Amino acid sequence: MSDKRDSEQATTSAPDIMTAPLTGVKVLDFTTVILGPTTTRHLADYGATVLKVETATHPDTLRTAVPYANGEPGVNRSAFFAPYNSGKMSIALNLNRPKAREIIKRLVPWADVVVESFTPRMMTEWGFSYEELRQIKPDLIMASTCLQGHDGPHSGHRGYGQLPAGLVGWYEMTGWPDGEPVGPYSAYSDFIDWNYLLVSILAALDYRQRTGLGQYIDQSQYESSLQFAAPALLEYAVNGRLTSRMGNRDHRAAPHGCYPCQGDDRWCVIAVYSTEEWQALCLVMGRHDLLEDPRFATFPARKANEDELDRLMAQWTAQFPADQVMEVLQSVGVAAGAVAKAEDLFRDPQLQHRDHFVPLEHPEIGAYSCMTSSFKLSDTPGIPATPAPCLGEHTEYVCREILNLGEDELADLMAEGVFN
Amino acid sequence: MEAALSPYRVLELPGEPSLLCGKMLADLGADVIKIEPPGGDAARNVGPFYHDEPHPEKSLYWFALNTNKRSITLNLQSSDGRELLGRLVRTADFVIESFAPGEMQKLGLGFTALQKINRRIILASISPFGQTGPYAGYRGSDIVSWAMGGYMYLCGEPDRAPLRISLDPQAYFHASGMAAVGCLIANHHRQRTGVGQHVDQSMQQCPAWMLTHTAQVWEFMRVNLKRQGMWRQFGPTRTRTVYPCADGYIVWMMAGGVIGAKGNRRLVEWMDREGYAPEWLKEINWSEFSAAAVTQEFIETILSAVGKFFLTKSKAELLAEAVNNGYIMAPINTARDVFADPQLKHRGFWTELQHEELGISIPYPGAPCKLSVTPWRLNRRAPLIGEHNRDLFVSELGFSAEDLCRLKGVGVI
Repeated sequence: MSDKRDSEQATTSAPDIMTAPLTGVKVLDFTTVILGPTTTRHLADYGATVLKVETATHPDTLRTAVPYANGEPGVNRSAFFAPYNSGKMSIALNLNRPKAREIIKRLVPWADVVVESFTPRMMTEWGFSYEELRQIKPDLIMASTCLQGHDGPHSGHRGYGQLPAGLVGWYEMTGWPDGEPVGPYSAYSDFIDWNYLLVSILAALDYRQRTGLGQYIDQSQYESSLQFAAPALLEYAVNGRLTSRMGNRDHRAAPHGCYPCQGDDRWCVIAVYSTEEWQALCLVMGRHDLLEDPRFATFPARKANEDELDRLMAQWTAQFPADQVMEVLQSVGVAAGAVAKAEDLFRDPQLQHRDHFVPLEHPEIGAYSCMTSSFKLSDTPGIPATPAPCLGEHTEYVCREILNLGEDELADLMAEGVFN
Repeated sequence: MEAALSPYRVLELPGEPSLLCGKMLADLGADVIKIEPPGGDAARNVGPFYHDEPHPEKSLYWFALNTNKRSITLNLQSSDGRELLGRLVRTADFVIESFAPGEMQKLGLGFTALQKINRRIILASISPFGQTGPYAGYRGSDIVSWAMGGYMYLCGEPDRAPLRISLDPQAYFHASGMAAVGCLIANHHRQRTGVGQHVDQSMQQCPAWMLTHTAQVWEFMRVNLKRQGMWRQFGPTRTRTVYPCADGYIVWMMAGGVIGAKGNRRLVEWMDREGYAPEWLKEINWSEFSAAAVTQEFIETILSAVGKFFLTKSKAELLAEAVNNGYIMAPINTARDVFADPQLKHRGFWTELQHEELGISIPYPGAPCKLSVTPWRLNRRAPLIGEHNRDLFVSELGFSAEDLCRLKGVGVI
């Protein structure tokens, strides 16, 4: 149960309820690509100050990824990088230089949280292991994410999130039963892992608030991603049965699939979970004959004749636009959804209602649409306060305002190429 | 050891999309009360089942998603049941629900009503599209979220229908995960202000975060990226990512430049030691190689040569070499491979939980991350139906054992 001290504190002070929840939380962010940056993006959206540590010699891979504004490459022109890094500051530091590493050590007391996604031992080689950093800041929370964890025979495994996706079984579980494993799009493991990294960091922050104690968070992307496969893992452990790919079918529904509609590569998914819903669907299709058809009259019958059922559905849906199929079926309580192409996301009225994309303005990219968090808080909506930073954009600000470096020292360090 | 969320009580109302959210908070030490309708939550009917015995206390799906929780039964359709819920809300920190939008208000349990009982309460509502908006009343489903979130269009073979992942219901899990994030952010806010918030979680928006640069490629290039099976596009050319090997399949990403150069060099050296490396392959300068700068024909010649080599090696051999030499490669595992994995064993990943009623213990996937002071812990198996009715209603709310029987008789619990 809640701590009584909190409610007492609330009545004696008069905090602004609209103040962003994580205001005052400072994050030193060494992460790159998608998993880490999405994690720190969510922290920034809700008020944390996130300082991204970058270097021009090895920029974040996304800084050199298409699409570029106007098709012109440049580390500050990637529209892939921008949404994942909106709301953050950037300091440029060449960590191979001892003086750059000194700057980091001077920043650590400022930070509440350090997050990094290097291959294991990288931070240690630089002198930034948790053991060393907590000497500087005893209550530091440090989160390290890597493929298979920071110890063990396979801890040296490195690569993108497609690799834990292979290890966990997502490839095995995506595809047609008569085909090879296809795998889900992109680094599906990353998308699972950011939930666990975020929850771990937030829980650690809460614990520290109560006790004053920091801690180390060691994320194995393999171990986090396995969480979403738990039912399949128990099925194997207990029943010895392997879950494999079944196209778009489902054990609990029939029909259940993705059916072709009118237009270029247009599809609608339909999921029917009861015979009552099936009957509603038959009426909407104008197929009273199917109501009595023993091949489809019960769930077991529909499962036994699922190939024929899918053919029948596809013949019907092919006559109509996907949106129309969706609307008509939803109007009779059947789960259906048009498969959205990228362009459809910008037109989707529900995503608009949710402010899923907010417009931001970037000095080199110009206007870009930035996705917002999938949860909305009633008093403190989370929206990036600033566009993605240019590389090293806040180097001088951080040096002057946070580190209080004198102008001479700053000039000397710049001349030596420390901020590179 | 300490627990990060031990001061907090969570009331998790019936509904599948909430299950993983409650489990995440429970596994970090929160006291999560799973509220089930009398007779048991509908999710107990979801397979797979222990030895294929369909029984509400034998659902492996239920076991997987309800570790550490306590269970009470409560009939929320009865006003007496809702009154009891109100008493529990008084001392709770979080309520999680995934009813159809509007249902909670109809029951007199909307956020405004809950706040009147307890100003500090944080209510997390998980729904297919959000609590309000043109699609708020739409019937949701896992596959509908993937389709309408823009992710499904990117999965599958180009000449067949878009695909979803065959392990249902991934979309519920993502929404649960993000709802837990929202809860803890709102919690941070509450520490400062003493006031809770409503966390309105949309399932549709979750896949919309998994699109990498897809939305931007439309916005800036007016191109709709499309599913490519297991091919990966590099500008004008594409490479495979899935390869058969001696005992199954692997994922291998042939990246040139800084990321993949060293690994590719070593892979070719290994192939050479075993007589599988043609001269032209040995001559490629991987540091300068760019998949976008060569012909598709050349790419496929490389893939064909490497593919022949992979066919002679097992998943375990290939993984071991990948780990030691930096190949961007991993086996495509099945659950059998996962349970045999030496890395997971070394990390102590598996947690045995006792199921006394079945007379067995089952190895569960353990901590998703290792926290050094307040670890994620599985302490206890999923609860039986109403297993903790006495603990909550008698010991805490002060009913007598006879009261409990009467409440059961009139269908309130």
